Amino acid sequence: METEKIMETVNMITNENLDVRTITMSISLLDCIDSDSDTACRKIYNKITTKVRDLVKVGQQIEAEYGIPITNKRVTVTPIAIVAAASHDKDYVKYAKTLDRAAHTIGIDFIGGYSALVQKGFQQGDHTLLNSLPEALAETELVCASVNVGSTRSGINMDAVAQMGEVIVDASKRDVMTNAKMVVFCNAVEDNPFMAGGFQGISEPDVVINVGVSGPGVVKAALEKVKGQSMDVVAETIKKTAFKVTRMGQLVGTLAAQKLHTQFGIVDLSLAPTPAVGDSVAQILEEIGLESVGTHGTTAALALLNDAVKKGGIMACSHVGGLSGAFIPVSEDAGMIDAVTAGHLNIDKLEAMTAVCSVGLDMIAIPGDTPATTISAMIADEAAIGMINNKTTAVRVIPVPGKDVGDIVEFGGLLGHAPVMSVNQASSAEMIQRGGTIPAPIHSFKN
Amino acid sequence: MRAILTTIGQDKVGIIAGVSQYLAEHAINILDVSQTIMEGDFTMMMLVDLPQETDFQSLTAKLNELGTKLGVEINIRNEEIYRAMHQL
Repeated sequence: METEKIMETVNMITNENLDVRTITMSISLLDCIDSDSDTACRKIYNKITTKVRDLVKVGQQIEAEYGIPITNKRVTVTPIAIVAAASHDKDYVKYAKTLDRAAHTIGIDFIGGYSALVQKGFQQGDHTLLNSLPEALAETELVCASVNVGSTRSGINMDAVAQMGEVIVDASKRDVMTNAKMVVFCNAVEDNPFMAGGFQGISEPDVVINVGVSGPGVVKAALEKVKGQSMDVVAETIKKTAFKVTRMGQLVGTLAAQKLHTQFGIVDLSLAPTPAVGDSVAQILEEIGLESVGTHGTTAALALLNDAVKKGGIMACSHVGGLSGAFIPVSEDAGMIDAVTAGHLNIDKLEAMTAVCSVGLDMIAIPGDTPATTISAMIADEAAIGMINNKTTAVRVIPVPGKDVGDIVEFGGLLGHAPVMSVNQASSAEMIQRGGTIPAPIHSFKN
Repeated sequence: MRAILTTIGQDKVGIIAGVSQYLAEHAINILDVSQTIMEGDFTMMMLVDLPQETDFQSLTAKLNELGTKLGVEINIRNEEIYRAMHQL
């Protein structure tokens, strides 16, 4: 093999922060359902700690043998609102604690699936889960939660949207970190390896390995070499880079599945930033030619980036899935933080960006006194973008009690830090209080 | 199993000797070797043959130690990762 190609890979890993962001083992808990919640929790703990026993060890072996960092090892499970429904418990905190205990035992970074899918309406288990969300997240460390409130096929459940605003405010008062572990989705996907929104869909196999790749630094470095050239060259460069990054993800996923004697599911073709210097999606957009992310042209540059990542990655792996695209979390991206601090990036622009990229309003700190109805309205807007555009959108906003616009909040680790951003002061309360459903759009009728 | 060992750093006397001696002492066979100066850095690639049951975690730790002693960065990776990324 040519020296230059070997050096390209070495550089990507050593200098450009290339990593596999996560190997996620997805496990069905449908066979753990029991009318006695103690029995159900015992089955859940036993299944997770048995099936996932070797995940961390295998991840470390692959890291050592292939010299590629695997940042997180995670688990996703069947939405607990489904698993726990038969038990008729008054709350599902016991289930959350069971997941947390299992996650600690096997040494993983996060476990996702304290979730409910309520896009078309509530069942009893959904009510119980939503009511216990703030407590469950405050009482656990590694458990992540998600609630799907809308879809292109079924419309938007505005009662759920209204309740999630209240849940987010309640959770913020218990502990500021609780909302970093919770996502509200429209069009949630069933094979998402990323957190906080990962859960196992009920149509998935019993146990399956999904992989999320990353590499904003690699894309930025590649674009530095084509400065001043046309957007066609930019798109081609991103595609070629995404292809290489995804091939690595495919290899790691295949190896992990082999070593764990399970099935390999999908590669999530993602650009996931971290707060580290040179690992930023914002800086890719700036490399394309914007003085700062958030200025005019940002949405166009992001649309090109997101599309080129998918085109480059799709041929590089056997099955694509998850969220696939560029993530734009504010607190986890040094370039986004700088742009907010400098006044170039606001929530309105971020909302526009979510129409053309992978997810939604992500890791955004807002003033602690933001009304629940305003948060619900932000969720409704994002859900509407997802519903109409046939794509996943999400909201992970973090009201910070006692903090106001411009203050800085530290989350620590991969979650970074964030300047508190301003939200529109005009009320949305009357719309949110109407409740009901926003009907599915006309293009949902495809049969 | 075949792996690619890369050694990168400031050129000085004894880098190839130091690395080769370590490999010989640990019965690691060198199948191919190339050496060049890239962007001012001494850059050596070695294709080596490793026993199937090699413990990469301990081998990597020992090579890191050797790299520190020789003033260079030494990495070893299963060659599959390079093939996966650069060959169809």
